Amino acid sequence: MNSLSRRRFLKISGATIAFAGAATSMGTFVKGAEKVEEKTGSIVKGIQKIPTYCDVCFWKCGAIAYVKDGNLWKIEGNPDDPLSNGRLCPRGTGGIGASFDKDRLRAPLMRKSVRGEDKWVEVTWDEALGYIADKMKKIKVEYGPEAMALFSHGVGGNFFKHTIKAYGSPNITAPSFAQCRGPRETGFELTFGDVLGSPERTDIKNAKCLVLLGSHLGENMHNTQVQEFAEAVENDASIIVVDPRFSVAASKAKYFLPIKPGTDMALLLAWMNVIVKEELYDKEYVEKFEFGFEQFAAEIAENTPEWAYPVTGIDPKVIRETAREMAKNKPASLVHPGRHTTWYGDDAQRSRAIALLNALLGSWGRKGGFYTPYSTRIPGYPYPAYPKSEKGTADNPNHKYPFAEGELISTGLREATITGNPYPIKGWLVYATNLMQSLPNREETIKAIQNLDLMVVVDVVPSEITGWADVVLPESTYLERYDDLNTAPFRESFVSLRQPVIDSPNDQKPNWWMAKKLAEKLGLGNYYPWKNIEEYLDTRLKSAGLSLEIMKKKGVVKGPKQPIFYEDGVPPVFWTPSGKIEFYSLRLKEHGFDPVPKFTKHEEPPAGYFRLLFGRAPVHTFAKTQSNPILKDMMEENELWVNNDIARRYGLKSGQYIKLKNTDGIVSNKIKVKATERIRTDCVYMVHGFGQNSKRLRSTFLKGASDSQLVTKYNTDPLMGGTGMNVNFVTFEWEA
Amino acid sequence: MARFAMVIDTKKCVGCMDCVVACKTENNVPEGYNRDWITQEAFGNFPNIQLEIRSERCNHCENSPCVSSCPTGASHYHDIGGVVLVNHDECIGCKACVASCPYDARFIHPDGYADKCTFCIHRVEKGDKPACVSVCPTNCMYFGDLEDPNSDVSKLLKSRKWHTLHPEAGTNPHVFYLT
Repeated sequence: MNSLSRRRFLKISGATIAFAGAATSMGTFVKGAEKVEEKTGSIVKGIQKIPTYCDVCFWKCGAIAYVKDGNLWKIEGNPDDPLSNGRLCPRGTGGIGASFDKDRLRAPLMRKSVRGEDKWVEVTWDEALGYIADKMKKIKVEYGPEAMALFSHGVGGNFFKHTIKAYGSPNITAPSFAQCRGPRETGFELTFGDVLGSPERTDIKNAKCLVLLGSHLGENMHNTQVQEFAEAVENDASIIVVDPRFSVAASKAKYFLPIKPGTDMALLLAWMNVIVKEELYDKEYVEKFEFGFEQFAAEIAENTPEWAYPVTGIDPKVIRETAREMAKNKPASLVHPGRHTTWYGDDAQRSRAIALLNALLGSWGRKGGFYTPYSTRIPGYPYPAYPKSEKGTADNPNHKYPFAEGELISTGLREATITGNPYPIKGWLVYATNLMQSLPNREETIKAIQNLDLMVVVDVVPSEITGWADVVLPESTYLERYDDLNTAPFRESFVSLRQPVIDSPNDQKPNWWMAKKLAEKLGLGNYYPWKNIEEYLDTRLKSAGLSLEIMKKKGVVKGPKQPIFYEDGVPPVFWTPSGKIEFYSLRLKEHGFDPVPKFTKHEEPPAGYFRLLFGRAPVHTFAKTQSNPILKDMMEENELWVNNDIARRYGLKSGQYIKLKNTDGIVSNKIKVKATERIRTDCVYMVHGFGQNSKRLRSTFLKGASDSQLVTKYNTDPLMGGTGMNVNFVTFEWEA
Repeated sequence: MARFAMVIDTKKCVGCMDCVVACKTENNVPEGYNRDWITQEAFGNFPNIQLEIRSERCNHCENSPCVSSCPTGASHYHDIGGVVLVNHDECIGCKACVASCPYDARFIHPDGYADKCTFCIHRVEKGDKPACVSVCPTNCMYFGDLEDPNSDVSKLLKSRKWHTLHPEAGTNPHVFYLT
């Protein structure tokens, strides 16, 4: 496709650090490595402290699990871990509940009747994996290896990815791109030539001005970001929150801009208009690094605060004042890129506008803006080369979405499964992602699944997606297994280990074991030359000057501190074609897109309908933690936020249950009303992940409503195939 | 004599409930019960709203109605720090304390005794902080000795504005909220 290569897209500009020699300069061992114990029989008496890293979300915080007389007691942050700083978030603290979940999957299951009917028979691992391998061999013969797709979320998917690549399929995807952070990565890559990555490279704690557009930090509980947000609050940073809802973050803000949903682009253009017109931008930085600044300035010349006022509902005075506030604090002014950015279908361009605003403020590469991250280089295990696929991936035929390079479009694979274009997809292996809640338009997902010859789901609990499987494989929780190493790029390089803290209670198995056994049954045993994961981990760690023994004691080992800011001698590097910040994008122009972002008007709710908005609660991750008995106690159902005036008009009272109906006639499960001043009158809001309809997940069955069920419409981002989901409108339905 | 108190900075608190979860695991609080909880109180009309977020629990009052209403003496002031505790063996589960507490901080444990926050005295006596304080991702909670003028809690109450809950009840509570 275009000049953007996969390798470049994936790279994070900060250098990787090798660990040779680092093993000798490690600080003190974690207190957790001490064991106060005496052995009586097989149970260890007393308290064992075992370091590991969390898996309740993808942040992967370093933690220390406490086992008391052989029983899992509690889990705390590992003080040596740069992500947790010794403090886990509520989900991490409550993560131990996953092991006590009464509804956990216990043994492999095979479907007894038609797909989706949720009737099962328990089988042995040998039977289950034998069945899957036979089907996969048949698919390979009939359609080629590319007809097998893997949907996988989180580090636990690494070994399944390896098996699927060895089998010969490049169709490996996760909803985290096209249903979440994809537009943001594309927007920033087009501007700075680099992506945000995960954890985001935002220097929130040093920001003097922090701008949040829809980001609800504090409700969205990505641990280090929230810790840094609290530091910014304590340091009296000037916080500007743009949200149709008065979020928790809004309550900490100096300015709250209650924007009309769908109009953020207009506000961003108006802010840039003020900053350029009043010459408030970081001139030295812009002059040094700009490409196409003049054309950019000309393009946004008409986007004045007065122009933006009727669009956004934000007073021009406030637009000017907040623009000046950002400029006053530059370059320590951070306009946060957000994470879940699939809102309206022009999200990559909106993200690009955010990138450009940061560029004007000179914050990319700067303290209080975006730092240059570092990661640990641990060589991969020496495997045979994967077979090359002639067909390429099926998610994006003819590069219809030219800027989706680097990651696959999950909804693109779903479409290929439905249409058979560019070629048939006949098998899905789904690892740790509840596709019924993570992909928009359930009917399309079901339609795709019904086209499959093989549908396998690996999960810890009987989530909704397991109900659609032919074979369900029960996984050990993260506290019961090893996983691959975490070497995510961050403020400093580090490596952390996940190790088992307790045994699995039944016949659950770790993902690495399943992936290895499956490969062996497929005749691909040569791709798993190691006997067990300890050997795999130790081999990798030793090649980097560490060892499994060290990691089992410490949990986390940090690399040397490196300068991470421009002002400390690390100039930003722009991997764009021009080598500069692309204020005007020739790449976009070549593909027929706006080279400078423009405002597009989005559809508004019809009379009597409200825009459905959704977000996060601090105590749950996606749709995967609702049955955890500890976290369920914190929040067992979601609520529908409705503005007080609307509630009065419709006779709704807080605490009463209603249903929602969208414009396609889909009716939700019942949900409790929260009548509040804290939201605009043209939208309603709920926390994502509830209203689950898996009967086998008894504790959370039909608790609250599912936003996903109501997301039948989505606008596809023409740049990268993301699915904008804030385009559904709902009205109230009273319970019969 | 030490006088333990908790000071909570409502400006930093995001109401994430980590304090509630940490208490639950630290103290094995049974499913369906919590010793601490989050209250969010909003004032004003959209968009001009003020929101106070508080992590609430037993206030370990100087003048505790739960202690004075207890017929068996199970509810008592601990020797150290003025912490209000319940002796499980002496408690008959009569709920007099539950009814008398203006903060609704007590519940009857499924095992039959009145239960509530202990300021994690088992940790504090070992030199650790209460579980809720040590887990807080925003560092918005402080625990210490009011008799010590150099403690975080003493200094914060001197330098910042604060309030307590239900001062009209005359209980002299020892959980303070910075505003």
